[in-house]
Amino acid sequence: MPKAQVTFEDIEVTVTVPAGTRLIEVSEKVGAGITYGCREGECGTCMMKIVGGSENLANPSVLEDKVLKENFAGIGNRLACQAQVLGGHVVVRPG
Amino acid sequence: MSLADAVIPGRPVAVAPGVHWVGALDPEMRQFDIILRTANGTSYNAYAVRGHNGVAVIDTVKEDFAGDFFARLWACCKPEEIRAIVLNHLEPDHSGALPELLAAAPQAPLYISRPALGMLKGLLKDGLDPERIVAVTDDTRVELGGRSLRFLPTPYLHWPDTQCTWVEEDGLLFSGDVFGCHFCDARLFNDRAGDFRFSFDYYYQHIMRPFREFVLQALALIEPLPIRLIAPAHGPVLRDHPQTYVRRYRQLAEPLLANEAAGRDKTLLVFYISAYGNTARMAQAVRDGAEGVEGVRVSLYDLVGGEPGPFADLIEEADGLLFGSPTINGDAVKPVWDLLSSLTLVKVKGKLGGAFGSYGWSGEAVGLIEDRLRGLKLRVPRSGVKVKLIPTAEELAECAGFGRDLAEQLVGRAGPRHIDFTAPQALSA
Repeated sequence: MPKAQVTFEDIEVTVTVPAGTRLIEVSEKVGAGITYGCREGECGTCMMKIVGGSENLANPSVLEDKVLKENFAGIGNRLACQAQVLGGHVVVRPG
Repeated sequence: MSLADAVIPGRPVAVAPGVHWVGALDPEMRQFDIILRTANGTSYNAYAVRGHNGVAVIDTVKEDFAGDFFARLWACCKPEEIRAIVLNHLEPDHSGALPELLAAAPQAPLYISRPALGMLKGLLKDGLDPERIVAVTDDTRVELGGRSLRFLPTPYLHWPDTQCTWVEEDGLLFSGDVFGCHFCDARLFNDRAGDFRFSFDYYYQHIMRPFREFVLQALALIEPLPIRLIAPAHGPVLRDHPQTYVRRYRQLAEPLLANEAAGRDKTLLVFYISAYGNTARMAQAVRDGAEGVEGVRVSLYDLVGGEPGPFADLIEEADGLLFGSPTINGDAVKPVWDLLSSLTLVKVKGKLGGAFGSYGWSGEAVGLIEDRLRGLKLRVPRSGVKVKLIPTAEELAECAGFGRDLAEQLVGRAGPRHIDFTAPQALSA
């Protein structure tokens, strides 16, 4: 099974997950500080900062791009409910 | 109408040379934005500022009061004289007359903060020419001739878009909701109106307090200004000793009693409630475990003996919060929810949180509390401890370990952890 690693910097927890996992599927299980609203990529509540390894995430969809722009996202911001880790190691924190 | 009334239907009120109040009174309002009560109604304050070259309109009113606003505005200027429209805050009680004003003065640009751009789209949908919108910066000046406007970024007081407008030449601060209150009085000025001090404090506590750190940032910008008059968007115009109200914000934004441990120790509060003493014993064990970690000041509170208000004051200052609740009929008990629902008035985002509790059948309380803590944007780094009925010595040791772990998290000594979700046993993690 292809695997990937995600580090939630705020709680210093690293998880190993199957490649293709969306961050929403694990962040709550480990108690990371990312919070969710609609869980469907529309509200922007779960915007997080990618501290490292952004190249290991699937590119944002048109919907995610639109919501990021509407929420004045900076470079490195993604929505945790949408971001899918494809492999390697990604480091994230809330915000 | 008394002789002391400054507000007369259809007439603007001069608040400074060349500056008029063109707002509206809403004396019947008793509940505002669902969360606020008012014994005296409110006012929607808008202002017209005249220079040699034209007029700036600062804020508008709630849509229902647009008639009052325009009657006053057109009594002190012509539409073609308007050179600038400023919205310090886009909430509908200030932007209700904006579409009509934009249509009446098509030559006037709209000056708003950058975070207001997205909100404006939501308010006006596709009804505004983007060329007319100016997202202001620190360098933006609106020259009216003899006086000019500049803008102070005061975000989150109380929306992301909020700003103040400053007229340096006259020492006038158009402060939006900052320094405002829901107090309707036709005498209009703070030295003439009835006693509105409780309304001023109440407004701060319910509207501004959750954004205390932003209040302090804003005060750092506002306090050095040589203010001669504060013109807020609600309540009396503060022309008599306006600095008193700035100082009051400083007092309200800082704790009455300093936390002696702040700066030296992290503070961890353990709240609990217990039906048969089981959750109480768990709370004591959690406390004992946390206390063993150097640099953490732990306090234990029985929710039965306190009120949400003072507890919320403590929580505002704390670094970590733990809640112990039994599960009764599949839920945490009401005093826990009473406290957790009071926390919208204080900033808790980023604090550390956790839950524990004894249960008889199913133990849902812990997970429900954790969900609420996450909803309030606390960090919940460890799954809580659930104990069926009476805790054994081993289970109390587990509680102590839980307290110790969280205390170590607080002081940054927990160390990194790794969880493998691809391993079969991780499914129950």
